Amino acid sequence: MSDPAVWSIVLLSLQVSCMAMVVALPLAVVIGKVLAGPGFFGKAFLSALVHLPLVLPPVVTGYALLVLFGRRGWIGSLLDQWGLGFTFSWTGAALAAGVMAFPLIVRPIRLAFETQDARLNEMAATLGASRARRFFKISLPLAWPGIIAGLVLGFAKALGEFGATITFVSNIPGETQTLSLAIYTLLQSPRGDSAALTLIGISIVLSFAAILASEWMANSNRRRLEQ
Amino acid sequence: MLTVKLEGTIGNFPIAADIEAGVGVTAIYGPSGAGKSTILRAIAGLWQPDRGFIQVGENVLLDTNGDIDLPTEKRRLGVVFQEPILFPHLSVRANLGFGMKKHETGWDGVIEMLDLGDVIDRMPRHLSGGEAQRVALGRAILSDPQILLLDEPLTGLDDARRAHVLPYLERLRDETTIPIVYVSHHRDEILQLADLIFTIESGTVTGELTPGEFDKKMRPNDVTRQDGAGK
Repeated sequence: MSDPAVWSIVLLSLQVSCMAMVVALPLAVVIGKVLAGPGFFGKAFLSALVHLPLVLPPVVTGYALLVLFGRRGWIGSLLDQWGLGFTFSWTGAALAAGVMAFPLIVRPIRLAFETQDARLNEMAATLGASRARRFFKISLPLAWPGIIAGLVLGFAKALGEFGATITFVSNIPGETQTLSLAIYTLLQSPRGDSAALTLIGISIVLSFAAILASEWMANSNRRRLEQ
Repeated sequence: MLTVKLEGTIGNFPIAADIEAGVGVTAIYGPSGAGKSTILRAIAGLWQPDRGFIQVGENVLLDTNGDIDLPTEKRRLGVVFQEPILFPHLSVRANLGFGMKKHETGWDGVIEMLDLGDVIDRMPRHLSGGEAQRVALGRAILSDPQILLLDEPLTGLDDARRAHVLPYLERLRDETTIPIVYVSHHRDEILQLADLIFTIESGTVTGELTPGEFDKKMRPNDVTRQDGAGK
């Protein structure tokens, strides 16, 4: 396997994972905040829905995505008219990665909101801060370590996603063939072992880098608090 | 200046209050667990009574008959609890400025009154208990409140620190025109600060006393602390 091919696979994987995080992270912050808040009708259902991809066989999640977002799917057929098809496209791989990673992103964020001292929020309200200002100035910055943890976990999960991706958008080189799919394909072919090893090495390095980056961000956050 | 009439329950514990107070320091005095803090939280909009009417100056904050219930952030209050509850991720300066509106004045005066110049660039975790409580006081004053609600602001401090912060409260009373509601179960603090005292027992406001009457009626050790929390 040539170097350019390796790098295009790596770049595609990063592109898919980054795209998944860009969309999933803000949504996960909102859902995490909602789930950490007071009870409401349907909260348990929302929580279950969010966690479903964690316990379902990934193939089932991929199939569900196909039913919903495929060209003839309920949502997919609508999006198709706007030229926003997911089928057999890298954006579909990002969608699958984002959905699979979502529970892992939400969990630490929810925990970060849940463990916050509610009196800080009350105090900010007595000082005249609106709900939005309380969220952006108090809750969100204090939840930062949880958000970073969720981001890193989610990114690592997205990078390694396999089952839902291959079911939803297949295994198309240059479009949906991410690291895991490429490694799988190479291991299936008679002389693919050495190329597979290269990709395996790269995925180890990437995962390691993600964890180091999260440590660094957590530390810089701590330093900011300890000035 | 301040009118508080309310009835409600927390669990099975009934709360009832009927308070009319003028300017100056109005104290609410009673043992721990008597419902003092709950009345304060009702004024702040942090606890909802079943029925009630709360007015500060011209502003009606709550009227369950007239369907008025201003959210906490619109009530223009300064609240200081037993613990300072500073925002841990913000410097003292940012904490103090949190409730300030643009172009507001008074900063220098408050920093000077509470002696906060030396700690202004620190993070809250590097403050002593007394310093932190002074920052909390300053933050409340700088938000330009119509009324200050102080809920056992000295109870979390040891005697030395209490003696250190108390003079600042006296300055606050003497140098500003903001009316103050002061909740405490410490007789000495009340005698030192209050212009009018309401006593509360088992959730109900039972009396209205001048400092002279209070001094005669409430002998030291009348009120015992039961649980250490000022609920």
